[in-house]
Amino acid sequence: MRILVVEDDLEAQRYLVNGLKEAGHVVDDAADGDTGLALALSRPYDVAIIDRMLPKMDGLNVVAEMREHGNNMPILFLSALSEVDDRVKGLKAGGDDYLTKPYAFVELLARIDALMRRRSPSAVKTKLSVGDLELDLLTRTATRAGQAIDLQPREFRLLEYLMRHAGQVVTRTMLLESVWEYHFDPQTNVIDVHISRLRAKIDKGFDVLLLQTIRGAGYMIRAR
Amino acid sequence: MRGSVFRHWSPGLLRTQAFRIVLIYVFVFAVSATVLVGFTYWNTERSLDAQTDQIIEAEVTGLREQYQRLGLIALSDAINGRVAQHGSGLYLLVSPTGSVLAGNLTELPSSAKVTGRFVEFDYQRNQQGQDVTRTARGQAFFLAGGFVLLVARDVSERHLTRQLFTTTLPWSVGLMLLFGLVGGALLSRNMLTRLDAINRTSADIIAGDFSRRVPVTNAHDEFDALAENLNRMLERIERLMKGMRNVADSVAHDLRTPLNRLRNRLEEAQRRLGPQDPYMGDLEAAIAETDRLIATFNDLLLIAEADAGSARGSKARIELTTVVEDVTELYAPLAEEKNISLAAEPAGVVTIEGNRSLISQALANLVDNAIKYTPAGGQVGIVVAETPLGVDLTVADTGPGIPEEERERVLERFVRLESSRNSPGTGLGLSLVAAVARMHDARLSLGDNKPGLKATISFPRLPQRKNRSELREPPARP
Repeated sequence: MRILVVEDDLEAQRYLVNGLKEAGHVVDDAADGDTGLALALSRPYDVAIIDRMLPKMDGLNVVAEMREHGNNMPILFLSALSEVDDRVKGLKAGGDDYLTKPYAFVELLARIDALMRRRSPSAVKTKLSVGDLELDLLTRTATRAGQAIDLQPREFRLLEYLMRHAGQVVTRTMLLESVWEYHFDPQTNVIDVHISRLRAKIDKGFDVLLLQTIRGAGYMIRAR
Repeated sequence: MRGSVFRHWSPGLLRTQAFRIVLIYVFVFAVSATVLVGFTYWNTERSLDAQTDQIIEAEVTGLREQYQRLGLIALSDAINGRVAQHGSGLYLLVSPTGSVLAGNLTELPSSAKVTGRFVEFDYQRNQQGQDVTRTARGQAFFLAGGFVLLVARDVSERHLTRQLFTTTLPWSVGLMLLFGLVGGALLSRNMLTRLDAINRTSADIIAGDFSRRVPVTNAHDEFDALAENLNRMLERIERLMKGMRNVADSVAHDLRTPLNRLRNRLEEAQRRLGPQDPYMGDLEAAIAETDRLIATFNDLLLIAEADAGSARGSKARIELTTVVEDVTELYAPLAEEKNISLAAEPAGVVTIEGNRSLISQALANLVDNAIKYTPAGGQVGIVVAETPLGVDLTVADTGPGIPEEERERVLERFVRLESSRNSPGTGLGLSLVAAVARMHDARLSLGDNKPGLKATISFPRLPQRKNRSELREPPARP
């Protein structure tokens, strides 16, 4: 995948570029807003990672400008700013996701994976399936190997999110943000408890465990 | 603006300082004007009386001389002569036996029987074939030989004037009061409009819009001077607030950048080492410590931001009940795992003005704490209750609670109880809740749940929508 990194902190940029390259991506970098915008408009990238505060042209303006030019490349904002509403501003300017520095690299990887996946949406699905686990989005029912699974509404949303990102690492923060719409980390890791409950419902009694914990990163649902 | 014109003719008008001042002035003015006019009238009447009296005295002196020099016949001739002149003079000469000898009065009025003193009396006069009662002022004199001479002047005109005066004076005073009140109301309304503009602006600024300014008119009056001064002050406050925000942003940026590099490098080293390396554990611990540092920093920043003013997080009308349900649902499995019953008491629709994310975070902190400190088998309850003052959001647990003497202290910034020093979390949970409460004009209080802790966030009563919209209109800016 081709990724554009626009970051003025060269140390952070080097790290980001190296990490992404190690993860198998092709990366271009820019250290200011002008260069970043020029690159974004001239080459097709699968995703762009843009710092909010950039010399020459602010990150918000870069994205706004890109959107004005009809460029709908998925964009992840990186920000070292403090404001509570900062995320909202970033998303309003046309960003697709928002990550506050300092971040864990796995978090960043998981998020750009999700962003790149989002770019190629197949036709609207009414059914999601991973292995023999099936989720009917219309009737809001789940079955595993034909057996009905009784899910609470939130559990359904949690499973739906995991299944939409099947084969991808999904972090705890991503789950909190998308399933609970919370943008803070609870002191105690409540997500783990929710996951283990869900796991008990979908994997208990089956040989193949679909819902896996990825150590140090998050969770993944996959049929292997 | 049209609506507001009518709004100013409300009972509220009577409570304005301007109207009260005008009322006092009108009253004082009415009293002093009445006294002044009354005194002037009284003085004029007195001097007119004195003038009449002098004329009468002069006449009497003349008539007396006539009588002394030429006798009774000459006196009656002189009197009849004067009567024939058809002046305003009234005369009467009475013999010692009481019979009228000369003059244009028919009898001696009873009040005039006492001599040596000016008196006023009524008499009848034939006017155009009709007898009319008129008023006169005069004095009776004894002449040698027992004759009585009465000389008087008709003062009916003056009496009429006096009557007119005494009947018109109350009306005038009434009208004066009425005009004063109307003028006062107009003046107060004008002042109220100007003050309202200032109040509206202040309300907007309190609500967080620091860009608002008090409108300045072209009148160049004291209100404009006040408005200009207020605007200068606001300019300064806005500059300070912006400065503070810049500092917060700079601090955030300048600390996050090196923290980011630190974490990046640790992660990079972790990637290079590979899972079997003996230093892996140290690196993981270092990363965990960095994350704790970041979490503490984020909490501190959020507390500082919440305290910096409500301008930071945007507020909206939110359903407190939904917030409670969501947080309860988030923590339910954790509580169940610890064998603690977590329940939110059902409440109706309770709306408050606030930032959903921050209030959720505050509530999550309280619930998190409650679950953390409540032993297995205990209970954690969340209650939303409407009180006369507003809305109370309470989280009560059956844990060890906080000793009464420590409760105030734990709400101070960054204080962590000795007993909780080694438990996970940044220890800023309650400080953060308190800061979020302050940001919402709410108050966090800790109480005894007997046993356990009862933490309550008391939100103020939601301003009525109507008032709110009144505060907001007109959207005029300077």
